[in-house]
Amino acid sequence: MTERSRSETGPAHKTLETGMALLIGVFGLIVIFGSLKAGINWGAEGPRAGFFPFYVGTAIVGASAINLWHARRDDDGRLFAEWGQLRQVMSVVVPTAIYVGSMPFIGLYVASMVFIAWFMRWLGGYRWLTVAAVAIGMPVVTYLVFERWFLVPLPKGPLEEWLGL
Amino acid sequence: MEELANLFHGFAVALQPYNIMLMVIGITLGVIIGVLPGLGGANGVAILLPLTFSMPPTSAIIMLSCIYWGALFGGAITSILFNIPGEPWSVATTFDGYPMAQQGRPGEALTAAFTSSFVGALFAVIMITLVAPLVAGFALRFGPAEKFAVYFLAFCSFVGLSKEPPFKTIAAMMMGFALAAVGLDSITGQLRLTFGVTELLNGFDFLIAVIGLFGIGEILLTMEEGLAFRGGNASINLRVVLQTWRELPAYWVTSLRSCLIGCWMGVTPAGATPASFMSYGIAKRLARRGNNFGKGEIEGVIAPETAAHAAGTSALLPMLSLGVPGSPTAAVLLGGLLIWGLQPGPMLFVEQKEFVWGLIASMYLGNLAGLIVVLTCVPIFAAILRVPFGIIAPLILVLCAIGAYSVHNSTFDVMLMLVFGVLGYLLKKCNYPLAPLVLAIVLGDKAEEAFRQSLLGSQGSLGVFFSNGLVGTIMALGLVALFWSAIQEGYSRLRTAMA
Repeated sequence: MTERSRSETGPAHKTLETGMALLIGVFGLIVIFGSLKAGINWGAEGPRAGFFPFYVGTAIVGASAINLWHARRDDDGRLFAEWGQLRQVMSVVVPTAIYVGSMPFIGLYVASMVFIAWFMRWLGGYRWLTVAAVAIGMPVVTYLVFERWFLVPLPKGPLEEWLGL
Repeated sequence: MEELANLFHGFAVALQPYNIMLMVIGITLGVIIGVLPGLGGANGVAILLPLTFSMPPTSAIIMLSCIYWGALFGGAITSILFNIPGEPWSVATTFDGYPMAQQGRPGEALTAAFTSSFVGALFAVIMITLVAPLVAGFALRFGPAEKFAVYFLAFCSFVGLSKEPPFKTIAAMMMGFALAAVGLDSITGQLRLTFGVTELLNGFDFLIAVIGLFGIGEILLTMEEGLAFRGGNASINLRVVLQTWRELPAYWVTSLRSCLIGCWMGVTPAGATPASFMSYGIAKRLARRGNNFGKGEIEGVIAPETAAHAAGTSALLPMLSLGVPGSPTAAVLLGGLLIWGLQPGPMLFVEQKEFVWGLIASMYLGNLAGLIVVLTCVPIFAAILRVPFGIIAPLILVLCAIGAYSVHNSTFDVMLMLVFGVLGYLLKKCNYPLAPLVLAIVLGDKAEEAFRQSLLGSQGSLGVFFSNGLVGTIMALGLVALFWSAIQEGYSRLRTAMA
């Protein structure tokens, strides 16, 4: 983990560090802008709604400026991560995004089945039998624990409607 | 003596069969959460919080706090057997615990770790029993200025005590305050920072942030490292336990010191992780066999485990008595109080005696139950860890999604969780601390309310925060904590200049 060969490449830590400071700084500016819209001075009932967030936003921008300065100054040539590692991370983020995005339409149960099956088959390389057992077993257990035992409703789609659950 | 009567009443509450059942369920779930990477104490409790909405508050907090104790115990198992810290606070336990396991002494290391955890927790609970009512009684006299001063001190301690760069801590913390401010302003009833997005009317729920930042973020970090588990077998038998217990009293000085470090770091919101490192470092310097640390010294397991558990437990002291949680998990529990309709803070000790003392009594019992559960079931928990990550990871992601959804029955929250997850991954990689961010989301509204009410009383003059001895002292302590690293640097420069 600590020993890296020279041939491995990836984005520099400095770049990401800079980007992060800028991103947080922009967030701070948005907060300041929103606070100004809400009013930062004193009204009839005392400090108005934007009063406190305005100073919070100012602190974010100030701290980010210093972090940005540090990020530009310190360059230890470290990598943020190797491309291969980032590919691993993206191979989780992208399917999770699809999983989360499809949930309002097909419901949590079906989405979870597909997601678990995809993950186990393509990233884990398991046999279909194992994949099917976990991918179907987990949502069924979830249904029993959440909907039946604790009476917490979870989002359902057309399949559950057809099954009359 | 009234406290003693209250405590016995609390034991009567905690010993009801239903509550004992929840206690054991909580401990077991907690250990599993502690063992699995990607599921920590804070987001484990956050995911399960919706399940408790229909329970009586006392039973609910007993179960959730037991999950927390379980997670504290569980982190040690993976550290010792697999050299993989299940939780950040058990990193220091790997230094000597894993070498011990490799030398064929895993049972001894595990027994020492669990017993030390128990001792640390017991010490902290006794402290809570004795000190919390006093602090709460004292805090009852607090006005808005004093309240704000306490928040100020808590947040400044983060800046001064955390190992991350101070300006990154400030940036992370202020982001938390900003996120807390989104939505309806509780004082004027005006909308702010929503930019016309209706989903943001109610602001950001910190439970979603916790599940995303700690749960999803942790999974992404684990994916990057491509974890493969290799580890020895775990077996504890009674003979090893008894033999280790006979050895332990010899290390009472280390234990006591670690308890004190843990309690101090837990009450000030530095938390369990720095406490365990600090305790390990000091033990290494002071122990007679300090040079052997890192090669499998039992004292090197006792020190961090005692401190981590003492810190984790005492983090509930400020949460109960002041309404200021000392750790992210304590913050989630505080969020739970609000959801169950209880107002955290000193009034709890007056209005909700049964709840407070039931919880405190359950801390004694829960940690005892935890010790028994982990000592007897280590092989089972170790076997869980052999389930490959390819199966565990999607299940944890689905659990996180379920947890995020059931907070408000909203699929928007699930998407938000993923955004927080990616953000958590990036922040962690760039060395921004996540704990102050979460605490700021939880406490943002209350801190702001106290701030604005104080200013209202003083017609806008900041002098109100130094208007009497009490509030002035707390504020001054906060300022010292805020500039602590600068003060330290200045002091060492002065010394080199003098020399």
